[in-house]
Amino acid sequence: MKAKKIDIKKFVSNNAIIILVFILMMITGFSTKNFFSADNFKNLLANMSPRFILACGVSGCLITKGTDLSAGRQAGLAACLSAMMLQKLDYSARVLTWLPSIPWPVVLLIVMVIMGCIGAINGCVIAFLKVPPFIATLGMQTIVYGACQIITNNQPLGGFEDSYLVVGRGVILSIIPYLAIFAVIIGLYFWFLYNKTRHGKYMYAIGGNENAAQVAGVNVVATLIRIYLLAGMMYGMAGFLIGTKAGGASTATGFGYELEAIAACTIGGVSANGGVGKVSGILIGVLVFEVLKICLQFLGVDPAYTFIAQGVVIIVAVALDLRKYLAKK
Amino acid sequence: MSEYRLEMRDVVKSFPGVKALDHAQLKLKPGTVHALMGENGAGKSTLMKCMFGIYHMDEGELIYEGEKITINGPMDALNRGIAMVHQELQPIPERSIGENIFVGRYPTKGPLKLIDHDKMYADAAKVLQEVHLNFDPHARLGSLSVSQMQLVEIAKAVSADCRVLILDEPTSSLTAAEVEALFTIVNELREKGVAIVYISHKMDEILRISDEVTIMRDGQYIGTWPAKELTTDLIITRMVGRELTNLYPPRENKPGEVVFEVKDFTSINPRSFRNVSFNVRRGEILGVAGLVGAQRTELMEGLFGLRNHTKGTITYEGKELKINQPRDAINHGIAMLTEDRRATGILGVLSIADNVSIASLNKYLIGGMVLNDKKIEELVQENVAKLSIKTPSSKTLIQSLSGGNQQKVLISRWLANDPDVFILDEPTRGIDVGAKYEIYCIIADLAKQGKSVIMISSEMGELIGMSDRIMVMCDGRVTGIVEGKDATQENIMALAAQFE
Repeated sequence: MKAKKIDIKKFVSNNAIIILVFILMMITGFSTKNFFSADNFKNLLANMSPRFILACGVSGCLITKGTDLSAGRQAGLAACLSAMMLQKLDYSARVLTWLPSIPWPVVLLIVMVIMGCIGAINGCVIAFLKVPPFIATLGMQTIVYGACQIITNNQPLGGFEDSYLVVGRGVILSIIPYLAIFAVIIGLYFWFLYNKTRHGKYMYAIGGNENAAQVAGVNVVATLIRIYLLAGMMYGMAGFLIGTKAGGASTATGFGYELEAIAACTIGGVSANGGVGKVSGILIGVLVFEVLKICLQFLGVDPAYTFIAQGVVIIVAVALDLRKYLAKK
Repeated sequence: MSEYRLEMRDVVKSFPGVKALDHAQLKLKPGTVHALMGENGAGKSTLMKCMFGIYHMDEGELIYEGEKITINGPMDALNRGIAMVHQELQPIPERSIGENIFVGRYPTKGPLKLIDHDKMYADAAKVLQEVHLNFDPHARLGSLSVSQMQLVEIAKAVSADCRVLILDEPTSSLTAAEVEALFTIVNELREKGVAIVYISHKMDEILRISDEVTIMRDGQYIGTWPAKELTTDLIITRMVGRELTNLYPPRENKPGEVVFEVKDFTSINPRSFRNVSFNVRRGEILGVAGLVGAQRTELMEGLFGLRNHTKGTITYEGKELKINQPRDAINHGIAMLTEDRRATGILGVLSIADNVSIASLNKYLIGGMVLNDKKIEELVQENVAKLSIKTPSSKTLIQSLSGGNQQKVLISRWLANDPDVFILDEPTRGIDVGAKYEIYCIIADLAKQGKSVIMISSEMGELIGMSDRIMVMCDGRVTGIVEGKDATQENIMALAAQFE
């Protein structure tokens, strides 16, 4: 009996945020109208999809004891680049007037490659120059933001081609947005990558003990570069999807997404101490964080307070994660 | 007032999946040195961490100077006069010796509680003198050697004016002369009435310095005896709960022709190894002896590609090997068990399966890409059985295993690669007597299979008992190679102390 009690306590403390958000969801659901509706569910999925893809990208950095603060801005740049390449030919404020019409999958590929290059630069700076990931990616965040302002001339971009807009707004069976398909594919890909490939094992090994991994013959440099490169590609895809979902893009697009992603990963059990983290956890983390935001929105909380709530959740999530680690020691 | 300074009764402490302490007990008399002995994983360190407030015990009581108390953390313990020198040092190398001694309890002055640096350094100098150390308290701690840092750590404990002092493997990195210095300090403290807990694996030290010996096994209390009534054999028997007839297994390996050759190998660091030449035969165990600072580990890490060299060649079967990083060495069939298991060996938060397979994943692919989980699990199970690794499952995290089992997992990691040359750096460090024998058996077996084994060890008995030849190093140079059958403690020590 006693042992069971301790287990419940442990379960609660290990999943405190998830439980709290669940309770909040129940309260919101029964005190407001339309919360448990198909429409809201569809909305939730659409919001989650690009964020989940972004969080998958960041997760590799976190598992290797790093981080990527340039994630949000990279996604923003990707959204702007996608927007510029996918404006209607007859749109009056078209930026790249010389550009012919390009199919959206090609644009998606282009932004993923560009963001992959930026990610690879992050990876090289971290792996070769040994700059702490926090600093390296903070610098990159600012660089990308500046580049984005130059490229867009600080003008918001709109007037997207219909084929692009459909990607963000299309729905299957009136409940599953097209966006979710991207998320599912990426989720499966990451699950496979993390569990069934050498890259995944090397990543966990580096996170667990970088020196030991090196002694065991792991190519630490190449693995880290691959992780940041892949992360960049994910920000590219996420940005592409964020742009179409919003129907417009500007330099402000993607602001703060990296913190949401890091928070989601942490809530989902990706440890800030490295070496630990599952794709299913990331999914739960993103879900919990999105549900929290929607609840606050339904309850009519001022968006300014929502930011505060999110910030608190991020700190608490990391604190609880580290506490878990301390307890194990 | 009881006759004991400190008593621990019926202490129970569980970690996920393990009962680390099962009604353990310890009774310390003032003015005695009390040895605490047991195999690795017997719960000695855990018991001490309970006493020092790092862990909270699940059950049991702690009676200090006749009063039942609860200790809330190391600060509380220090304030009550209980000090501990940890097995793994936790110094701040970038700060001065004085600051390291007084960190956390700096002397202050004035209403703003500013740090009184003058008093701190004056006190530090006094403390250092008390333990016969001639260091400048202003010097950076990092400028000292590891063994000197250990002595500073002991000075720190002494300066806390302790009434109970816990020494957890204090001599593991000390030279013979430094051990003597430590014993002088311990004797002085004993005369002052301090109750000292002394944890060590070195039998001769225990029998020399301690008054009483408490033996633990599997987290349980076995008994307490006066040291005078004990012998090495008796202690070992009680620690492992069975008779140990042989310390070293019989060796059936037959050294063949020379296969592994190192010539004129020199570090880029002028103070490290230089002009090292030696060879190893097929199926031979080459022991490597030397004092702390002889650069043995550095040499081996150089051979394995963890450190850079300026000149020298490594050949295997006449073919020159280009080694710039561990991966190169591994690809050329060299394996290395590093000295510091925790820092450069185990992947703590990963499973045993991951730890075993990490260096040989290339061999377990389907279609050159996807990992073959079934094959990997077979590999792990095979090794768990072959090396009798004690673990609930292959999914268990390696950090929850005992030192000996962790070491076996790491050996499995290399076995999976089927290397030709095994470099073993202190393979039995921090491993209990019973598991040591098993490791020796594995090493002997490797040689019998025709592998070339290079074994660094600081335990003379182990070197003499296991090696076909012993290479002795001093200050970065090879000072001699002794045939195993001619090796004695004396002729090895003479070579090891052959400074230029």
